[in-house]
This record gives sequence, C-alpha cells and structure tokens, in this order.
Amino acid sequence: MYTTDLSGKDKNAAVAGVAEDPALIAAFEARVAADEFIEPKDWMPEAYRKTLVRQMSQHAHSEIVGMLPEGNWITRAPNLRRKAILLAKVQDEAGHGLYLYSAAETLGTSRDEMTEALLSGKAKYSTIFNYPTLTWADIGAIGWLVDGAAIMNQVPLQRTSYGPYARAMVRICKEESFHQRQGYEIMMHLAAGTDAQKRMAQDALNRWWWPSLMMFGPPDDKSPNTEQSMRWRIKRDTNDELRQKFVDITVPQAEAIGLTVPDAALKWNEERGAYDFGEVDWEEFYAVVKGEGPVAKERMQARQKAWDEGAWVREAARVHAEKRAAAKLAAE
Amino acid sequence: MDALATYALRLGDDSLILGQRLGEWCGHAPALEVDLSLTNVALDQVGQATHFLGLAGAIENAGRDADALAFRRDVMDFTNCLLVEQPNGDFAQTIARQFLFSHYQALLFEQMARVKDERFAAIAAKALKEVSYHATLASDWVVRLGDGTEESKARMVAGLDWMWRFADELFVMDDVDAAAIAAGAGVDKSALRAEWDARIDAVLADATLARPASRRPVLGGRAGHHSEHLGHLLSDMQFLQRAYPDATW
Amino acid sequence: MSDPSKEWPLWEVFIRGKGGLSHRHAGSVHAADAKMALEHARDTYTRRMEGVSLWVLPSAQIVSSDPGDAAALFEPAEDKVYRHPTFYKIPDGITHI
Repeated sequence: MYTTDLSGKDKNAAVAGVAEDPALIAAFEARVAADEFIEPKDWMPEAYRKTLVRQMSQHAHSEIVGMLPEGNWITRAPNLRRKAILLAKVQDEAGHGLYLYSAAETLGTSRDEMTEALLSGKAKYSTIFNYPTLTWADIGAIGWLVDGAAIMNQVPLQRTSYGPYARAMVRICKEESFHQRQGYEIMMHLAAGTDAQKRMAQDALNRWWWPSLMMFGPPDDKSPNTEQSMRWRIKRDTNDELRQKFVDITVPQAEAIGLTVPDAALKWNEERGAYDFGEVDWEEFYAVVKGEGPVAKERMQARQKAWDEGAWVREAARVHAEKRAAAKLAAE
Repeated sequence: MDALATYALRLGDDSLILGQRLGEWCGHAPALEVDLSLTNVALDQVGQATHFLGLAGAIENAGRDADALAFRRDVMDFTNCLLVEQPNGDFAQTIARQFLFSHYQALLFEQMARVKDERFAAIAAKALKEVSYHATLASDWVVRLGDGTEESKARMVAGLDWMWRFADELFVMDDVDAAAIAAGAGVDKSALRAEWDARIDAVLADATLARPASRRPVLGGRAGHHSEHLGHLLSDMQFLQRAYPDATW
Repeated sequence: MSDPSKEWPLWEVFIRGKGGLSHRHAGSVHAADAKMALEHARDTYTRRMEGVSLWVLPSAQIVSSDPGDAAALFEPAEDKVYRHPTFYKIPDGITHI
C-alpha cells in the first residue's frame, strides 16, 4: 500500500530524547479527534507509529498463526463441500495476514522484519491459536466463537484513524462475513446429529468458550493502553464492552441449537439488559500470552519450519529475477 | 460401474487426490502469496472433483453421490493416475507434479470441451480456464527454480526426476477410454502426447533444464493398483466418514 | 537478521472492477518480478470476482505529493467554483443544457 520507504523510517520521528513539537502533536490530535484519517506520509507522533506497527503486526501474525489450528483439519474435512469451505476460509486468513502486513509496511517496517519478530517470540499473536483443534467440531467452534469474537473486534476498526489499517479492515470484514456463519452451520449440524456428534459439539464449546472471551484482552482496569488507543482512534471500544456484547449475542445462539455455555454464573440480568457471567481465568490468559499455551510450541515450530524450508524458494525467485533483468538489460 | 461412469470417476479421482495433496500445503508455503496461489489451485481441483464425481454417481445411478464416492471407497477402487498421489515433497517436487499434470489437464480439457456429451463438455469448459492458469503458474515456477540458484536447480531436477516415471500413464488408452470416445464423451489421450511434449520441452528449455531421461513407465492407477502413498492419503481424508458411518456433516 | 535487499520487492495492485471503470488501488503484494506480481495479485485480490483487469507496479516507482504541500496544491481550487456546472443559474423551462 503506497510507497514503503524503508530507509526513511525515522524521517518524521522524534530523534531519541528530543521532544516532539507540541504544535505538531496538537494538530495531529485535533485531526484524529475530528475523525480524519492519518495517511502514511502524514506527520504522526512516534508513539502512535509504534503502537500501530505493534497492533497491526500482532493482528497479521494472528491471522497467519490462525491458519494452523484450522489447517489441521483441511485434509480431514468430512465431505467435499466442507473441504472447499475450509480451504477458502484458511486461505482468506492468509490474505488477511497479507493485507495487514502491507498496511504495517506503510509505516516502514518490512514483512520480513515482522516475521522475524514473530519467530523470535518478540512479537505476540492472539492467544486463542495456542489451543489445539481436537475434533471436527472445533472447526465449527472456531468459526462461530473465534471468528465471532474477531469480527466484534474488527468491525469498529474499519473506522480506525490510520487510513491503510482502516482500508485493510474494510476488505477483511467484507470477506469474513461468511466465516462465522459457516462455523455456526457446522455446530448446528452437529448439535442436531448423532449422539457422538452432539458430544463433539458440546465438548468443543466447553473448550473454546473461555479462550474466546479472553480474545478481547484483559479487563479494562488492567488494560493500560486502552485510554490512549481510544483517544487515537486505534481502538474504538473497551475490552469489557466488547466482551459483554459478545456474551449477549452468543448465548442465545448456543441455546438455539441446544448447546450449553459452560459457565455456572451465567444469568440474564433484567436490570442491565445484559448477561452476568463468570470471571475469566486471567492467570491462564497471562500464561498463554507468555507463550505457555498448550500448543504454542507446535504453532511456532510450524511457522519456523515453513519459513526455513521456504528460504531457498524465496532466494531462487529473487536470483532468477535478477538474472533475467540483467539479461534483458544486456540485450538492449 | 459402466465404462462411461468409470471415465468420469477417473477424472474426478485425479482432481480429488491432487486437491487433497495441495490442501496439505495450506499454511505452510514458502511465502504468503504462494500459500494463496497453491490454495487456489487446490480449490479448483476440489471443485472439478465435485463435478466429475457427481457425474460418475449420476451415470452409475446406484445412489452414490460425489461424497460417497470420495469418502467411501478403498484404494483398489480409486482410479486416479499415480502422478497426483505422489507426496508433496519439497516445493520443487510439488511444482514438478503440478507442471506435468496441469499441462496434461489443459490439453485434455481443450478437447473435452468440444465432445458431444454436454455433461462432460460443460465441466471441461469451466475447468479448462482453471487448469490453463495452473499450467502457466507451474511453468513459471519451473523456470524460476530451474534458472534460479544452484540449490533450486538441483531441487527442481530432483522433483522432475521423482515424477517423470508417472508421466506416461497420463496418455495410456484402454477400453474405458475407447468406450467413452464411442459414447461421445472421451478424448484420445494418446493424441495429446506430442503437444504435451512440446509444451513441456519449451518450458524446460527456458528453465535451462534438461528433459529427464526416458525410463520404464510405472502404471496401474487406472486399475486401482496404486503407490503406497494413496492408502495413507485416504486414511487421513476419509477418517471422519469411516469413524462415524451413520453421521452426516 | 532480515536483509531488506533480499526480500521480494513490494508491488501496488490496481484492479478494474468491470469494463468501463478505471483501475483502482486494491492493496499490495510481494513478488520477485512483474510476472509473479501479476500472479500474486490475481491469486490474492481477485478471488471473489473483484475484477476484469489488473495493473501492478513497483511501490518504489510511485511518486506522491508531500502532505506538507497539501495546502498549496489543493486549496487554491476551493474558490474556483465556476468549474462546476451547478455554479450557473439557468431559468426554469430551459432544457437540454
């Protein structure tokens, strides 16, 4: 997206230790407050740039690592229709990762740099993908719950203040509209199926429910960046607001197909017009963030393997292009 | 199954098994863009399989749909060529398989799009657009890898060497082919060979690669006599339908 | 460490949505050469029948205006309303104009 000036990444940035011009900051904050879009070559505070690169690359990494749990079932999809749908969905995730990396690249960080940050463990990705997909029902649960939660996070980002990010999100949201539906359809089918299929569906809901709630991030009072991110329009709703919205929307969907949400504290609160629900196990959340998710090692191993084994291919194509360009030049 | 149903079944099995193999790449390709490319090819193949297996089931008229044919047969009843069931290996081996097969498919469907039987002609006409692109994509990669680095050239040579023994099977004619031609649905595959050779040779020349030496062809796929690889592929692909025979999905 | 000179260059992708429309920026891809860039653009950005024609060009080749010059470049057009047809008042009853 637009020119990526990798050499000029510090052009607009404050030199370390030197304060940024308060007039520039004020003008920037006013533009953002007026819901104007910030574009790659516009002046922006260094902290805004850094926050954006972190958020966009995390988002991109999540898409790419997110291909693995579902990819685990592509070869075993139960019929041809489901196989095609799953292939198309996992492919979409590759595309979404690509759009997001491109958006982040407009800020002067290359995709290779971001990939290396992921592989070295320096960069984070959504904790949800460090849980395993054990049965076919997990593919349904991921589409329904994980994509459902992701959509809730992503829809407001279509109006995020950074133009390339917002435009990437518009495309992503449009493409993802089928993801949640296909997941729910799988669950619906299983929940109305044989006893074994019902058991599979309920078990998947039991395992994916809480990790899905964790996808919205820590509670608001423990989310130090939220306030500034909201002011910068990088984020448009708080974690707890989105989590509540997700619970309120999802619980009736579970009930409609005869599945039980695994939360004894779950109860409709007439007064609030919302569900009360139990406390997320935040200790588990922080452990998974730290890389202690059940299959975190497998996920990183798979990404590392693809990266390492692809190196000769990337190199060959680059060398080939150079050879042909040189030959063409010589012929002219 | 009569000859015409078997003819459709072979076409469907080729696409199904290749689509299955390509699906294994999803999430593991050398670059993000390449992941998208390979999955597009996989999706096209699964789509073709759905059409041809559906047609096979319809001609057979014994209550088996495309899924029943894909997920409820054992190795002996699979009629795909041996080429498509070969393991992915490294990226060069996958490209070698795709290169040889897509050029064959493109030539086959060019002819089939004109046969009298509209069912076959319609599927072939749609698939022709897909496989023409696959042939271009694979050829371009053969050239890049062949005329890339020392390592990529060695890998491309090895990939072609692995696959080459299965190329002849693509063009072998038997009673099923003859019956399909007589019924206005089939294509004389042996007549495609010269043009296939020409296309393959042109790409190999551009890739600075020598044509692999001829060798004794390995045959048997059309008769259900496969490599050891197919059984493993099927045990993976058919797992759910076999473990839960009374379920629908 | 990553070596930027070893990464496939970035290309901008433009898609003509249907005949008669102009090409519109859709996003970017990495590719080693122009042919690969077209293939990657096709495989990435036209999976849902988004287009009938593609352009790709190296991102490094785009020359863009400087946001600092935006005032000088674009604001002088603001008071030249006579370039728009609605600036002119035509009496009721006059048609085909």
